[in-house]
Amino acid sequence: MKIHEYQAKEILRKYNVAVPNGILVSKKSEAAQAAKKIGTDVVVVKAQIHAGGRGKGGGVKLAKSPQEAEKHTGNIIGMTLVTPQTGPEGRLVKKVLIEEGMSIAKELYMGILVDRETSRVLIMASEAGGMEIEEVAADTPEKIIKETVDPVIGVQPYLARKIAFALNIKGAALKAIIPFIINLYDAFVKEDCSMLEINPLVITSDDRVLALDAKVDIDDNALHRHKETQGFRDLDEEDPLEVDASKFNLNYIKLDGNIGCMVNGAGLAMGTMDIIKLSGGEPANFLDVGGGADEEMIENGFRIILSDPSVKGIFINIFGGILRCDILARGVVAATKKLKIKIPVVVRMEGTNMEEGHQILKDSGLNFAIGNGMKDGAQKVVKAIK
Amino acid sequence: MSILVDENTRLITQGITGREGMFHTEQSMNYGTRVVGGVTPGKGGQVVLGKVPVFNTVRDAVVKTKANATMIFVPPPFAADAILEAADAGIELIICITEGIPVSDMVNVYKYLQGTESRLVGPNCPGVISPGKAKIGIMPAHIHKKGNVGIISRSGTLTYEAVGQLTALGIGQSTCVGIGGDPIIGTRFIDVLKLFQKDRGTKAICMIGEIGGTAEDEAAYYIKKNVTKPVVGFIAGQTAPPGRRMGHAGAIISGGQGTAEEKMKIMKRCGIKVVKSPADLGKTIQKAL
Repeated sequence: MKIHEYQAKEILRKYNVAVPNGILVSKKSEAAQAAKKIGTDVVVVKAQIHAGGRGKGGGVKLAKSPQEAEKHTGNIIGMTLVTPQTGPEGRLVKKVLIEEGMSIAKELYMGILVDRETSRVLIMASEAGGMEIEEVAADTPEKIIKETVDPVIGVQPYLARKIAFALNIKGAALKAIIPFIINLYDAFVKEDCSMLEINPLVITSDDRVLALDAKVDIDDNALHRHKETQGFRDLDEEDPLEVDASKFNLNYIKLDGNIGCMVNGAGLAMGTMDIIKLSGGEPANFLDVGGGADEEMIENGFRIILSDPSVKGIFINIFGGILRCDILARGVVAATKKLKIKIPVVVRMEGTNMEEGHQILKDSGLNFAIGNGMKDGAQKVVKAIK
Repeated sequence: MSILVDENTRLITQGITGREGMFHTEQSMNYGTRVVGGVTPGKGGQVVLGKVPVFNTVRDAVVKTKANATMIFVPPPFAADAILEAADAGIELIICITEGIPVSDMVNVYKYLQGTESRLVGPNCPGVISPGKAKIGIMPAHIHKKGNVGIISRSGTLTYEAVGQLTALGIGQSTCVGIGGDPIIGTRFIDVLKLFQKDRGTKAICMIGEIGGTAEDEAAYYIKKNVTKPVVGFIAGQTAPPGRRMGHAGAIISGGQGTAEEKMKIMKRCGIKVVKSPADLGKTIQKAL
């Protein structure tokens, strides 16, 4: 689950990771007061959306007076912010974070994630702060410091020092960054983050160490033990169809094509998208109905696929294991009748109770095309919409 | 021959009294797997499925039944604990079916297992089957056929797809191992490749990967150096958009890493016969044999 910058900073404060003073504002009229309360000569007004690259789209502005802070807030709240990560449709900004300005001496990068290769938590750091870490990794991989953490001992001071020295940090800032790194790791583990990125991590001219920006993703599978974090979910930042699907335990991801897919299992669902593309079509979505799909789930799956107006045909690809083909077929027939589906539907079923499933489709009197294998099914649906 | 699971497997199910645990224990028994017991804390002393004794702890089950394998159906918040309990009791093969275990739990589990003799398969996997001998997991048994193709896969239903194609061509399987779709898993491609290379009953290997991570790349380099048997491979998610988790927790392209294209390129370079379409897996394996 993605969360906002201001929420990430709330978490960091809890773990004594230094962040700038800031006030969340959702109305233009609150901005001047907030800027005054923060009290620095310069404040920063930052749009709160889940996507990165906000500065490039005009979502981060410096203000040299409370009046200016109010003006920027007025411009940013309500704007549709387009950044390299939002796609061309952009995101509506509803809130801004107004933060203290500061004199920055050095900008660094620090990221924490779970490294699949070592099955451990990995801390990445770089002196190239403020840049996209992917770009740094591609152009100058030697500039990225990587340290994996033994879960038994966590981040001990020696490891934090090792990172700090590699970042060429000296003097009073060195003293401040050791607990910063230790506490950051603590926050990552205890809050079940799947990704935590501080970019930039700044050292001020008076040697303070702060997380100027913070991007945190929470492990969905661990949300059950974080009541507080559950409340951080912002449905407005998610695709409405994906939110709808998640209510029915359907795993749906909208894509750009025009062939809707309904499949059981994540791997087969990806494989089905691939074979549609190989057959000359474009998948409109990823949809995994899982192993325990019932009639209601299938109906909702259909409804969600069809809510995407670009869908011109549907390919159902099921390898029945636990999910029996006869149950699937009943669901498909019921949904087709109920939703009065007019576009071509190609069904490919194999596995448990396949014969009964095909009989049910045949007896329904509806006009399903039957795919004889994955490839045949994909080719039939591509042809049907041409 | 086969790997991991066979006639000598003595299986218990952790979470046996739950709906899924009970159903799949019965299915495994019907297939011929020697099921010697089950574990549900607080339900020790019961007998289920006519003859399977239930124990309170894995330790009790091991002492009383000499179990050497376990199949875990415990719900995600408690599954890591179940894996640790099995390893602590000395179970050799731990197969965890449960999907949705917090990744930080798995970081600790992985570390702990390194100091033990136990092998973990999964989590978030369909299990392991050696056709004609025994099955541990949730795969539909009837599509399998005894034979000499070994299958390793991160995906459940895509494995069934490959098995279905092979069986339809009259080609059987030695063992099919679902290693799971999570970012942290106990047994990786390389571990299974090592076993298949040694296994005299396996003549060809089918490896099914997906986007995310670099496990397939590492496996490909390993194959180039160490595996003499023909390997056919497929990577699911050639059309998956970056930054989105495609169902499996581990199936995500992040920072431009873990794309299907990159994986397929490396696999090809390492001598693996890579198919672009999952519909071609069966035919390609047939040719490779």
